[in-house]
Amino acid sequence: MSVPTTDQRAPWRRLLSVVALGASATVVLAGCAGGTTEEADPAPADDAETSVTTEEFSITFIPKNLNNPYTTVTLQGGEEASAELGLVYNAVGALDAAADSQVPFIQTEVQNGTDIIVIAANDPNAVCSALEEARAGGAKIITFDSDAECRDLFVNQVDQTEVALGQLRQLFDQIGGTGEIAILSATANAPNQNSWIAAMRAEIESNPDYEWEIVAEVYGDDEDAKSFQEAQGLLQAYPDLKGIISPTTVGIAATARYLSQSVYKGQVALVGLGLPPQMKEFIKDGTVTAFALWDPSELAYLAAYAGQALAEGSITGVEGETFDAGKLGSYTIGANGTVIVGPLLEFNAGNIDDYDYISF
Amino acid sequence: MTTTNVASGIGKSRLWQRINLRDVAMLLALVVVIVLNSLARDNFATTTTVGFLLLDVIPIMMLALPMAFIIISAEIDLSVASMVGLSAATVGALVLREENMLVAAVVGVGVGTVAGAFNGFLVAYLGLPSLAATIGTLALYRGLALVVIGDVSVGSFPEEWTGFVQARLGATGVPIVTLAVLASIAIAIIILHFSSFGRGLYALGYSQEAARFVGVNVNQTKFWLFVASGFVAGLVGLYWALRYASARSDSASGLELTVIAAVLLGGVSIFGGRGSIPGVVIAVLLIATITYGFRLQRISDVVLVIITGALLIASVVAPSYFQRAREWWRGLNRHKNSLAS
Repeated sequence: MSVPTTDQRAPWRRLLSVVALGASATVVLAGCAGGTTEEADPAPADDAETSVTTEEFSITFIPKNLNNPYTTVTLQGGEEASAELGLVYNAVGALDAAADSQVPFIQTEVQNGTDIIVIAANDPNAVCSALEEARAGGAKIITFDSDAECRDLFVNQVDQTEVALGQLRQLFDQIGGTGEIAILSATANAPNQNSWIAAMRAEIESNPDYEWEIVAEVYGDDEDAKSFQEAQGLLQAYPDLKGIISPTTVGIAATARYLSQSVYKGQVALVGLGLPPQMKEFIKDGTVTAFALWDPSELAYLAAYAGQALAEGSITGVEGETFDAGKLGSYTIGANGTVIVGPLLEFNAGNIDDYDYISF
Repeated sequence: MTTTNVASGIGKSRLWQRINLRDVAMLLALVVVIVLNSLARDNFATTTTVGFLLLDVIPIMMLALPMAFIIISAEIDLSVASMVGLSAATVGALVLREENMLVAAVVGVGVGTVAGAFNGFLVAYLGLPSLAATIGTLALYRGLALVVIGDVSVGSFPEEWTGFVQARLGATGVPIVTLAVLASIAIAIIILHFSSFGRGLYALGYSQEAARFVGVNVNQTKFWLFVASGFVAGLVGLYWALRYASARSDSASGLELTVIAAVLLGGVSIFGGRGSIPGVVIAVLLIATITYGFRLQRISDVVLVIITGALLIASVVAPSYFQRAREWWRGLNRHKNSLAS
């Protein structure tokens, strides 16, 4: 019985192959035909796009990565300012902070005809060709948090050197100027991390009060588990470590969590940049004495206002130009097209309860 | 898991005989995705999409070809993304030292090829299981990339080179590099489906002993597969550095899983012995189109990874259910026939 069944199936299968071949040929042909009509398409589509955008500007934030508490807090300010200004707000981004992961998102923003792109560059080189394409299409580019060359304006939290020096001062207040210290950073290529670390090294070199020896510089890649393991590894490798500087919110929280569970709690000073709600328990339990940050939401808030001013044409990103930034007041563009949000905020047991609003 | 031609799989390695329901279904899925995206967004069916989508898909497409060969032979290469990273880092480090770009490019591709040959040596001549060997080299090559280039990001490539990678064919939006990719696909199809070497790979995937018995030089075949994988990874590393104008130690990290997922979605059996290049090519395009469409609509990547994961599982599970349903149907018919007689 089974032999005839297979025989019966043979013609059916042959027919199917023919159908399949036909189908694929049709698809290929349709694809070609589609290709030729598509070429004529973009012009009218673009017209429609611009006629919409003359009424209101669209702004898209591309943070380093999503699902990072710092990003969440930052974007709140962007959303708030966009609502005040009547901007069409969007936030897109990859799940990881890899160099190349931002490129596809910039591409689709180019295609969506976004007027203002606000980006925290994971890698200053990788994003540039895509950003140049966006600029060629008329978009205004603002970098925030982490800079890249191909932009109209850079909105920076706090003066780069001040961020670095503030953290060193906090460490000095706790352990004095001697001993072994280590740095736990985010990714090895993050421009903001690296410029802070460079500023710290330069200051330690030149300031006679600081006689620390930086024994290690490790990278937690802004991943909680990796940062935790790096902190663990540091203390294993350097038992005499007196202090750790972690200029990243993910890194400092993970390090604090490790220290609070270990014998080093209270023995090793931890300073850096942290989010108040994440760090509160470690301030309360004595693991951390002081840390610093700015209000991340102000960063995106200011970026949105700057974007509006750029898109309107009231500023062009040149030093000396002034623009209004809603609740933050008026700002003047500094050297190299940079706007600085404000001074470093320092948190300790005395004031941490006042900053619950920097939360997510 | 199985489709119609398992029992006679070795003999059925020719392309036209291998056009099966699965590939047709995948092709239809691709068409549906394209149509839905075009309906959802006015700006999807444009030359901009064609250009960006193809530029994004090239690394995965290129790596998927040797990966399909390797998985069909019942081996695996988990170190491809690390070889891409190592090659990109080598190119970057040489450019940083102001070497000639052509020299940097050749050395970069060469380093990838040597890395592949080392994998091949471990698997073919030391007899290590490829899963274990390439997990080791995955870490090893990534580490070497960090040694080669350190924590810097190199972006100072000559503009003629970066410009060439981005260049499009006239107004079509199709990147010029795509032509080389098409040629690679054609070569892969000829080797796998129209040569005795290709038939040997299917044999190898079914049973090493049987393959040896019918005259396949097992060690040599495996060795060259891994060399090919390294060579292609070297080319992709060069492309990566130029495309993103950024060579770093972490370039392309994690890409190996995307490549393997695409190959499996394309109908290549993880146990070896089955699969086709057209299926893989369609699968790569399918994933890329879904990804691009989602991003254009600003749908979160969280949704995207869930969808692609579900798609992969469905693509593996569906055929086996289909097969079972058909057997049940056939059984029913047989029963009817026997009742009639």
